[in-house]
Amino acid sequence: MRIGVFICHCGENIGRTVDCAAVAESCGRFPGVAYSIDNKYMCSDPGQNVVKNAIREKNLDAVVVGSCSPHMHEKTFRKACADAGLNPYLFEMANLREHCSWVHEDRIEATKKAIELTRIAVEKVKRNDPLSPIRVPVTKRSLVIGGGISGIQAALDIANAGFEVVLVEKEPSIGGHMSQLSETFPTLDCSQCILTPRMVEVYQHPKIKLLTYSEVENVEGFIGNFKVTVRKKARSIDETKCNGCGNCQQKCPIKKKAYSEFEENLAFRPAIYVPFPQAVPNIPVIDRSVCTYYQTGKCQMCVKVCGREAIMFNQEDSFVTEDVGSIIVATGYKLYTIDKKPDESAIKGYGEYGYGKYKDVVDGLQFERIASASGPTSGEILRPSDKTVPKKIVFIQCVGSRDEAKGFSYCSKICCMYTAKHAMLYKHKVHEGEAYVFYMDIRAGGKGYDEFVRRAIEEDHVKYIRGRVSRIYEENGKYIVKGEDTLSNMPVTIDADMVVLATAMIAQPNAPKLAQTIGMSYDKYGFYNEAHPKLRPVEVSTAGVFLAGACQAPKDIPESVAMASAAASKSLVLFGSDFLEREPTIAKVNESVCAGCFYCQKVCAYNAIEKKEIKDRNGNVVKVIAYVNSGLCQGCGTCNAVCPSKSVELIGFNDEQIYAEINAL
Amino acid sequence: MKIGYYPGCSLTGTGKEYDLSLRKILQKLDVELEELNDWSCCGATSAHATNHLMSIALPAINLSIAESQRIKELFAPCAACYNRMVVAKQELDTNPPLAKQVEEIIERTVNYSTEIINIVELFQKIGAEKISELKTTSLSGIKAACYYGCLLVRPFDITHFDDAEQPSTMEEIIKATGAEAVEWNYKMECCGGAHSIAHKEIVVELSKKILDDAKLHSADVVVVACPMCHSNLDMRQRSMKNHTEIPVLYLSEFIGLALGVSPKELGVDLHFVSAEPLLDKVGKSS
Repeated sequence: MRIGVFICHCGENIGRTVDCAAVAESCGRFPGVAYSIDNKYMCSDPGQNVVKNAIREKNLDAVVVGSCSPHMHEKTFRKACADAGLNPYLFEMANLREHCSWVHEDRIEATKKAIELTRIAVEKVKRNDPLSPIRVPVTKRSLVIGGGISGIQAALDIANAGFEVVLVEKEPSIGGHMSQLSETFPTLDCSQCILTPRMVEVYQHPKIKLLTYSEVENVEGFIGNFKVTVRKKARSIDETKCNGCGNCQQKCPIKKKAYSEFEENLAFRPAIYVPFPQAVPNIPVIDRSVCTYYQTGKCQMCVKVCGREAIMFNQEDSFVTEDVGSIIVATGYKLYTIDKKPDESAIKGYGEYGYGKYKDVVDGLQFERIASASGPTSGEILRPSDKTVPKKIVFIQCVGSRDEAKGFSYCSKICCMYTAKHAMLYKHKVHEGEAYVFYMDIRAGGKGYDEFVRRAIEEDHVKYIRGRVSRIYEENGKYIVKGEDTLSNMPVTIDADMVVLATAMIAQPNAPKLAQTIGMSYDKYGFYNEAHPKLRPVEVSTAGVFLAGACQAPKDIPESVAMASAAASKSLVLFGSDFLEREPTIAKVNESVCAGCFYCQKVCAYNAIEKKEIKDRNGNVVKVIAYVNSGLCQGCGTCNAVCPSKSVELIGFNDEQIYAEINAL
Repeated sequence: MKIGYYPGCSLTGTGKEYDLSLRKILQKLDVELEELNDWSCCGATSAHATNHLMSIALPAINLSIAESQRIKELFAPCAACYNRMVVAKQELDTNPPLAKQVEEIIERTVNYSTEIINIVELFQKIGAEKISELKTTSLSGIKAACYYGCLLVRPFDITHFDDAEQPSTMEEIIKATGAEAVEWNYKMECCGGAHSIAHKEIVVELSKKILDDAKLHSADVVVVACPMCHSNLDMRQRSMKNHTEIPVLYLSEFIGLALGVSPKELGVDLHFVSAEPLLDKVGKSS
């Protein structure tokens, strides 16, 4: 063999502690090394040229560079090799900086270690095979899961770039939580006014296929080539016939049996309903759990009034399969419901605030509905219990957030802002009313945000009290709020007419299930994990899957929209080429010795191990063995480590290569 | 069931009727009490307001005595004693250097193997079913306000018992007597505690608020599980202005009435505020 060894000084980084010239000289004497030299900066253009020229002039058939970490410059030197006509995988790197010069002081010992490290790389490169990148075709179509503002934004961005999008929403209408909001901070523009045009645009876009009242059931495949099964839940309506006239809703005799999810239980809805008047699509669903027909077999009022014969009582769930190249997960959040539903065992604590017990103790989303012009009170601030105007409202921030003892240790981020907004909306509508806010800190980082909170305090005279509330109880028709003012160190008692709790934003309860379906990781709260908190904020560890909005962590509308556009552009990057090139250093199964125990399948974090049937010439299955899906395998080597029959090889890191490295020590 | 018993100082003095009634009814409920030999004071408020080490060392002596008597579960009826013991046990268990220091001071070894239980936990162990089974007099028609005070369920990280803000275990036991447990707002508010001695006016004010709220929610009786709370809520009623008296009973006395023990044997007649109206309602006038 004719191996070239290049030792980098990295300026002073390596050269200060390691005698690079001595290392180069020693390495020159290793068997198989034809050329060995040191250089001040191997990664610089002149440095790379040293490699390129040596490959050509010295006729090298393998290259070792002793410099920094492969994370830093492996790609640089592989490219240099390729430019000079050498297969880039006939290259190895010895880390003389992070593994040697940066962590040692003794120059003589460090030099010795540098020689050892380079020897290891030389022995490895002797056993390297020329490899070529794996080419995978790309389906230029995207799946967006979740039809809130994040999903809407991502879908529109991709569709407007000319690619098809399948948008899946589990509720009967798209719009998400944003459609429930009254006004938005910090500009106080009407939420529905800015959202509904986007919803309509989605509905009318020729490139967007909208699947509402649907859920992702299964995901197979890999980046560029996902196969997704979607369950379309039975609406009990023929979508092709319904024209959204609304007669069925008006005539449905179920008036006070089912709470409206959209109105956050502050109003009732019929058994056949669209969640809200601007719903997209404007096609109702039947709630079979309350519908008289499904309960008793009688009624059929909706059938009688429907002029289009669109009611389908016997409709069943159906399944559609979609081929997509990328997946954008935008499933959003839920509000911590503190004892609203006591059966949800995970949600406990704050019983002392009387939520669920006192009608006028509401959460943030309920107050949004009360303040919303389209809400149950048409925007008039009225108490849910007796429909009177509350003269004094107490707002409590951080209910469940930043509270390890009872709730969650994270900050829900948006509550400082929306509480200021709520207090402001109240003061704008009830001028003589008093608004109190209990807070821990005011976190108003964002453009125009702190100004907004100051406006609430200074112009609208909302009274901010720094401290926590210990309990709320009813006395003579008032809600007695007992708290502490930690700035004056005095206990505070307020006799309020209404209390609004800014409860924590939490992950969707079924977030872990979807994570397992797609192959994503999530944190202990159920929020999805990004691939890198700083540099890869919208990607997940599974290639081709991106995140948008509050499913990753609590965030507000501008952030969700920005993240959605980022996720869309990441998808578009993928669609920029017809094929994907992937590292060839992945696992490979030796089919003749694999015993089919599938330990590898159990440990694979990327769902990359599949079952493959080996058949004889008559078509009879002889055995079932493991097969590595090259699109999914990330080359981590876990399967290689657990295989009891040593049938899995990690290409580029096979046993022979690793043992040669160990023996070289 | 046999259980270790740490009466504490109050139950030999101001809370004598608590001890009396407990011994009486536990006998009926087949619970044998084994009192700690030569027990010492738990330190109460005074110790931990004065010296942290002392506040840990004093309960440690009793924990050690319990271990030497091979007591697995030690029942401390006084909420303050209970609280001091669980606090000391947890601190010593998680802080080995402190445990070593304390062992040197008290000249005894402690393994922290004894479980400390309060009165509500004891009744939970006995079971509400057993109380209703042995009940001879139904207290139906009686409305009781269960008062927990500060020390029975707090801090939750140490007591690991019930809910620190909205406890409900005492109500469950009360219901076994046939009585109704009222929903009220002050079951966790402070009665003023040991301020009774130096700042009586504070206790009068705080205790009155508690009793007023109980009355507002139409309670006939306030049921307590702490001798300090009892003396404040009972004794200080006479100093309250514009006040209609309401009887305050220990949980053990209340259960005793349902088990058919005479009020005199339970020590109900030893209170400052007469329980006569309540007893009339029960139909067991003494």
